[in-house]
Amino acid sequence: MVDDAPGELVRSLERTAREIRRDVIRMLAEAGSGHPGGSLSMTDLITALVFHELRIDPAHPDEPNRDRLVLSKGHAAPALYAALAHRGYLPHDELFTLRRLGSRLQGHADRNKLPCIEASTGCLGQGIGMAVGMALDARLAGRPSRIYTIIGDGECQAGPTWEALMAGGHYRLSNLTVILDRNGLETDGPTESILGIEPVAEKFRAFRYHTVEIDGHRFPEILGALEAARRRTDGPTAIVAKTIKGKGVSFMENQHAWHGKAPSREEAERALAELPPLP
Amino acid sequence: MGAFGSPAPKPESLRDAYGRTLVELGEADPTMVVLDADLSGSTRTSLFGKRFPDRFFNVGVMEPTMMTIAAGLALSGRTVFASTFAVFAAGQAYNQVRQAICYNQANVKIGATHGGLTVGPDGATHQIVEDIGLMRGLPRMTVVVPGDAPTTAAATRAIAETPGPAYLRMPRENLMTVTDGAFRLGRANELAPGSDLTIVAVGAMLAPALALSERLRESGIGARVLDFASVKPYDAPTLLRAARETGAILVLEEHTVLTGVGALVASATAESYPVPVRRVGVPDVFGESGEAWAVMERYGLGPERLAAEALDLLHVRGKIS
Ligand SMILES: Cc1ncc(C[n+]2csc(CCOP(=O)(O)OP(=O)(O)O)c2C)c(N)n1
Ligand SMILES: [Mg+2]
Repeated sequence: MVDDAPGELVRSLERTAREIRRDVIRMLAEAGSGHPGGSLSMTDLITALVFHELRIDPAHPDEPNRDRLVLSKGHAAPALYAALAHRGYLPHDELFTLRRLGSRLQGHADRNKLPCIEASTGCLGQGIGMAVGMALDARLAGRPSRIYTIIGDGECQAGPTWEALMAGGHYRLSNLTVILDRNGLETDGPTESILGIEPVAEKFRAFRYHTVEIDGHRFPEILGALEAARRRTDGPTAIVAKTIKGKGVSFMENQHAWHGKAPSREEAERALAELPPLP
Repeated sequence: MGAFGSPAPKPESLRDAYGRTLVELGEADPTMVVLDADLSGSTRTSLFGKRFPDRFFNVGVMEPTMMTIAAGLALSGRTVFASTFAVFAAGQAYNQVRQAICYNQANVKIGATHGGLTVGPDGATHQIVEDIGLMRGLPRMTVVVPGDAPTTAAATRAIAETPGPAYLRMPRENLMTVTDGAFRLGRANELAPGSDLTIVAVGAMLAPALALSERLRESGIGARVLDFASVKPYDAPTLLRAARETGAILVLEEHTVLTGVGALVASATAESYPVPVRRVGVPDVFGESGEAWAVMERYGLGPERLAAEALDLLHVRGKIS
């Protein structure tokens, strides 16, 4: 399954992910604040969703049968904004208004301001519950929509995360896929030294999720896991994606200090030099 | 004390003052414990954590349960400080604060940082402007909204010394130092004299209140400034004397006008000595991302709006035409 993804598709996703990472760095440097670490760790996941897996169409953002993505770890909005810009939901230039007064690009995404933001998030532990609600709705209405949500590993310390997970498992929501960005770090340090969440895959299994563990930076594995989730008919899927916080920028990688701090102009230049556009 | 004789104004971090005072209190009370929910660098409880690692619990992203754990520690006889951003302390964990802390009368002090619109670029999700109302509505809760760093340090000590639940609201932004920290629970300090108008201010609006008073003084208008940092208990005698002596009150706060200090002042005066009260705060809307003081201006807390409200209020009172 892992090696089925055609090489051209993978190369195209890698190119797009590279552009998104470049945008994230420039957006945050321009804004002067924001969260680079968790944006870069989930960039490959969000690229696979927005450019391959999700049945969405920028020409028809309100199509009722569309798939839905809820970014439960809402502080990583810059990566979502960049992906949506490349997918045609907003002008690319607008990305650089992030966090400015009057911008549609709020520090944490606001569904009332932009298309394809399915839920306003920013308070950890809430997006996943809203995703469960959307999955219940789709099943009730007999719509083919699939619901995806990306959660953080620090977010897995929050009680509401597990309450929502329990509901998704109890209702056997086959149309729900929960993706954990397992980058190992939260604001103040490593999750396992602050308040350990392991064995997290076993917890998901105990909560009745088909659970797979993948490398969250390898597209063949991401695509394979998403495809398997789409085929499920007997309950929700959890994808534990092992990632690197700050992925792609050597001085940010695995550094919790880069959770919520924007790069200076000079740091952004250095970061971009490490992330040249792919041919 | 007055604004006269104060040290030269300079912006200082209220959060630093809070963190440093926690360390002092921890030295004096070897049983005191501090909790945080994965924001210890931002709330500055990390200072206590470095000094007293055994008495510091960073419980991760679980604010409601942090409050119940804090209550358990307090019910076992300890003084407990628990910190996170105001939106998570008062918002996320409201019912835990209500039941586990207030109903239990647990000796938990909530050090809530990043209150109000001046959170700035993070946007509306993090800009809580309802917390003062939520917290002052709770029986047994003490509520303090310091307007500068010295008051923050003094208030942190004061709530530690006073048994029972307390909520200390601090902003993310540094604020001008405008007092010498002569804070007492239940007392409103007069920072500028005047008999034409009273300006009641808390938190980030304290320095703007003094600037407004200065500006009015240049036009011959005496605007008394009351630092209302002690929101609960509040200083009823000083407030009512101000109502009697000045006949009009302007309230400035980085909070929704629906339930904040303006609402408190309006109802307190209405019952005992009705005078026109003008509540200047955040209208009934969510904020948005932007530079802290630009957001404040957008939502009606910029200096021009304050001056216009003051002049309009004086006009209503017939003190100017
Ligand atoms: C309920 C809640 N508490 C606290 C915060 C502040 N906060 C924002 S991100 C974060 C850490 C999240 O860590 P994690 O979920 O691991 O995110 P990632 O590493 O993917 O960036 C915290 C504590 C929040 N947004 N919501
Ligand atoms: Mg993480």
